[in-house]
Amino acid sequence: METAEKTLDEILRLAAAHFKVPREKLSPDEDFFKALGIDSLQTLDLLTKLENHFGVELPDYELQGVTDFRTLAAKIQARL
Amino acid sequence: MKQFKGQALSWQVQSGVIELALHREPCNELGTLSLGELEQFASALDDLEADAHALIIHSDVNSGFCAGADLRELYERSQSMEKLQASRGVRDFLERIHRVLNRLDSAPLTTIAAVHGVTFGGGFELALVCDLIIADKMARFCFPELRLGLIPGFGGIPRLRRDVGNAVVRDLLLTGRSFNATKAQQSGLVSQVVSEGEALRAARATAAQIGKFDRQTAVSAKRFIKPIPLDELRKEIDIFCELFSRPAVQAGLKKFVESTDAQPYLP
Repeated sequence: METAEKTLDEILRLAAAHFKVPREKLSPDEDFFKALGIDSLQTLDLLTKLENHFGVELPDYELQGVTDFRTLAAKIQARL
Repeated sequence: MKQFKGQALSWQVQSGVIELALHREPCNELGTLSLGELEQFASALDDLEADAHALIIHSDVNSGFCAGADLRELYERSQSMEKLQASRGVRDFLERIHRVLNRLDSAPLTTIAAVHGVTFGGGFELALVCDLIIADKMARFCFPELRLGLIPGFGGIPRLRRDVGNAVVRDLLLTGRSFNATKAQQSGLVSQVVSEGEALRAARATAAQIGKFDRQTAVSAKRFIKPIPLDELRKEIDIFCELFSRPAVQAGLKKFVESTDAQPYLP
């Protein structure tokens, strides 16, 4: 099983690659909407990317109010 | 008309395969413009079918296959009319789109939806009209209507129920959550999941395979196994119109249209 830190690191790496943002510009507690410059449709892309990568299902409503990578990682971690 | 290029969609026929491409930014929202062009396509099908064995519906828009009904237009039109007139307008729109979708559903062709990205609401319902859904792995399927105080109105519930178990229908309908392509395939909804950007290529390969079969046999097989749930479709229009007249729906539409929330597509 992946550790929470490893999950967080993977999310940052995947998000950076998918949205073509330098990995070093992303930090765990940052607002990912702002950091990645994404809207709600692109957030669904991120969700799909993460579900596919980690092999989990994350219902959209669990993302309501989630804006930072660390909380997102905790949501994923809880389903691994 | 063997080919057409409109403001919302275009079509062409090649090697017996009709390709209907949606290309209205931002994500092929279905309003009066799209409906008008879909009606033109439905009329043209009578001629197109003579030289074709398959129909592929896909999107040229990056964000996805189709985000569903044009809620902005729906809200603005309903605001500019008396309540009774607005209600009649919605029923008229639904009757028209059901005629188009029923026509596509029963077409004597093998129909394939090649989807990617957002396949929500009316977009999901358009895909459900097709005999096969081929999804790229970034596709997502959702019925977000309940958050507006509505049910899907383009035939989604009867057609989804035709294809998958009732528990899956309830999950999608009552939670408003979206399924990714893998989950949709596990649920029996999606025929093939392919790599990102490969849905159209896979649909063309499938259409080429279908072209090897005797057409009359394929049509007979389709008619035998894919009944159109006409009674339920009628009932769906009635329920939708009944719900639409409530103030809660106007409030839900207003909230969506005026939202500055970064996540309006998340239930």
